[in-house]
Amino acid sequence: MPAVTETREAVEKLGQSSYKWGFETDIDMDVAPKGLNEDTIRLISARKEEPEWLLEWRLAAYRAWLKTTEPEWAKVSYPPIDYQDLHYYAAPKKKPGPKSLEEVDPELLRTYEKLGIPLHEQAMLAGVELPEGETARPPVAVDAVFDSVSVVTTFRKTLEEAGVIFCPISEAVRDYPDLVRKYLGSVVPAGDNFYAALNSAVFTDGSFVFVPKGVRCPMELSTYFRINAKNTGQFERTLIVVEDGASVSYLEGCTAPMRDENQLHAAVVELVAMEDASIKYSTVQNWYPGDENGRGGIYNFVTKRGACRGARSKISWTQVETGSAITWKYPSCILQGEGSVGEFYSVAVTNNHQQADTGTKMIHIGRNTRSTIIAKTISAGHSDSTYRGLVRVLPKASGARNFTQCDSLLIGDQCGAHTVPYIENRNMGARIEHEATTSKISEDQLFYCRQRGLSEEDAVGLIVNGFCRDVLKELPMEFAVEAQKLLQISLEGSVG
Amino acid sequence: MNAITKDRSDTLAPFGTRLDGVTDPVRKAAIGALHRSGLPDRRVEEWRYTSLRFLSETPLAAPAEVYDAGQIQAQLENLGLSTGPLADLPRLVFVNGRYAEPFSVLPAEVKVSFFAKTQTFGSLSAPDRDPLTALNAALASDGAQLHVPAGKNGGDVLLVSLGQTDTPVSFHPRHSVTLDEGAQLTLISIQAGQGRYLHNPVLEISVAAEANLKHVTLQTEGQDAACLATTYAQVAERGTYDSFVLGLGAALSRQEIHARLAAPFATVHVNGAQMLGGKQIGDVTSVITHAAPDCISRQTVRNVLDGHARGVFQGKVFVDRVAQKTDGYQMNQALLLSENAEIDAKPELEIYADDVKCSHGATVGALDDDQLFYLRSRGVPDAEARQILIHAFMDEALGLIEDETARALCTQMLARSFPVAGESA
Repeated sequence: MPAVTETREAVEKLGQSSYKWGFETDIDMDVAPKGLNEDTIRLISARKEEPEWLLEWRLAAYRAWLKTTEPEWAKVSYPPIDYQDLHYYAAPKKKPGPKSLEEVDPELLRTYEKLGIPLHEQAMLAGVELPEGETARPPVAVDAVFDSVSVVTTFRKTLEEAGVIFCPISEAVRDYPDLVRKYLGSVVPAGDNFYAALNSAVFTDGSFVFVPKGVRCPMELSTYFRINAKNTGQFERTLIVVEDGASVSYLEGCTAPMRDENQLHAAVVELVAMEDASIKYSTVQNWYPGDENGRGGIYNFVTKRGACRGARSKISWTQVETGSAITWKYPSCILQGEGSVGEFYSVAVTNNHQQADTGTKMIHIGRNTRSTIIAKTISAGHSDSTYRGLVRVLPKASGARNFTQCDSLLIGDQCGAHTVPYIENRNMGARIEHEATTSKISEDQLFYCRQRGLSEEDAVGLIVNGFCRDVLKELPMEFAVEAQKLLQISLEGSVG
Repeated sequence: MNAITKDRSDTLAPFGTRLDGVTDPVRKAAIGALHRSGLPDRRVEEWRYTSLRFLSETPLAAPAEVYDAGQIQAQLENLGLSTGPLADLPRLVFVNGRYAEPFSVLPAEVKVSFFAKTQTFGSLSAPDRDPLTALNAALASDGAQLHVPAGKNGGDVLLVSLGQTDTPVSFHPRHSVTLDEGAQLTLISIQAGQGRYLHNPVLEISVAAEANLKHVTLQTEGQDAACLATTYAQVAERGTYDSFVLGLGAALSRQEIHARLAAPFATVHVNGAQMLGGKQIGDVTSVITHAAPDCISRQTVRNVLDGHARGVFQGKVFVDRVAQKTDGYQMNQALLLSENAEIDAKPELEIYADDVKCSHGATVGALDDDQLFYLRSRGVPDAEARQILIHAFMDEALGLIEDETARALCTQMLARSFPVAGESA
């Protein structure tokens, strides 16, 4: 079959170069010595000039971490991680705090430019530098996190006028200590699980968002994470609090350089939605996935959880997961408020030797709570991809409703796709529906496209995009475009 | 991890000294595995929804060899095995895990021998992996070994296990069924009893090429009993294993089925239904392994749960890399009739071949309001309308039983355990 030869050639051409974000930036770094102990935590806390209560909170988390064990139930395998062989703090050297964009190390800005992140508000507002085929976009406020610290946050003034707080969490600790203290760890407690405890002990930066009562955040908020330094772990912490009747849409993107070694990324994201509030959290995860032999790549062990505390509140997770050597991630919703809504839309693509174990948890506590789960999994190469999701309905959640659909697509006969839903219902008035399918790309669809002159690669790209449409349409426009391209890149050379 | 390093032998306390002084190598190995794993608790993924705490409460002795023949006769009558269409079928009756010859009638076309005489452990079970199979291997004393020669039709055979005890006991029968090429058999397993006991059978099934085994299990154990049954089935080329399990009795039950499609064009059906009330816990667990291309598996399991009952469904479909053109379908549905009932379901697909068609679905809910309204608007009283809908829900499941005799038996036994009309309205 000529298509197979074509594919082989394409695979050979691709090699490592397919990860175009794999460059490294040479910047003066301030790095903590390797290893993790109470002194490391004290050092991080001191560097960040944190108040006493936060240091105590970190130390408590560290002690909890020592007592927890690494979870083993996920369908991923990797050599044991030496948690003492990592730097827990790496920051671009401070030339007394960047107040504006002009003061940021130009090398850094060039990095974000290469990543295509719109840091320059002016340029963006003027509508220049638009990639071909795109129309002018609404402005997006960006918080850029480089290794352990946030380097720049844009549009802060505009946001402040609307009453929205959007800043690095380290700044929030300084400027809004009461808010941070009230909500930090209230959704993901410090000792929640192994990685969350580790994060709580050593987290260095991340974003803080607070949208007060009745405010509709005037623009999309966005964070870009970049791991750059060698031998470092990235432990960012995001906290988003949306008060009664307010709403926000938040985007998250991430990349890392190509390295032979594995790097650890253990983030915690906490969302709090009060009465009638809504949070839309979108992620395009594109950490370095390792090379075609499975060397290197990021271990992405992330705890994301949102609490729908108020009545009729809504939290919606959308994720496109194409990167990371290993993904362990279950963005969840705790549906406490009456009539609150949780949504989870996910596309997970694995190729080469990637492993992904990802899904969600929907915990129905309040009456008439509703949740929707749409998970699309695509496996290619030698990769393994698992959807693991929990729907739990507690006795008081009368009228709870869940719909789950998981579809897996296998490309090639050396990969695996698995579906592991857990359904636990303790209320007779609840309705839960789950359906899952696993198949390969339909020969009919492929034939139809090929017959109309598309190459096999293009045909597969088209079909995969169609397969993921239900999820991609949930993404904000500019992310959807990026995600579609990513899907194509991730699957290049996997057809055959 | 704590769960692994800790010595779990203490969970075996109910069996006391019964596990000591064994010399047989197979049993010794099983006991070794058992001491390492202990009886599983809910930290073990395969047992996360079913707790065996029920077992740890009382010592379980080996049953006495004597039994009350009158009571056994009464039990058989109660099951409808003394009169009517089932009375004439060949049957192998076991009382407290031992063959009871006076109540049995040997089948004509099936070769029958007994574990008590030949003591052969088959090769399909996995005592290293499944602690309850290890427990069976350690303590098995008897069991039926059925063999249908090539091309023969063994007809319908009843395999009846009765518990009958005044003090807590456990029995661990070890059965096997072998169908040679082109052979056929309909096996109706009935599990029933009185008193407090643990019934822990292991059944190994081997279906050769072109052979066809229909297997219906009716579990209607006593209300104080625990039934933890494990079946291992292997199906060869173009062979069929068609299984249906109806769970009605026992305080705690688990029907665990491991079916392996070992050669191309084999078929398995692992269907079932449960109707539970009170504080019953009923677990249907299955692992269907597609180890060869072009095989078909089908699974439909329905639960009706009333009172404080808890239903568990765990169904795994594993598709090996070589098992291209696999066709797998799995459906699990549950009807909750009471505010305190609970269903835990975990349908699982683990797939390593790309050219497959696998799907699963699960639904959980109460009776459909629209359907109720439809019946009520036609003058059917509420309680009766509910009964009709529950019947309809279960009938669809029982319709999957191909053998008419077995289906009639299941329908009759199901009707008996129906929840009282209107109670949950």
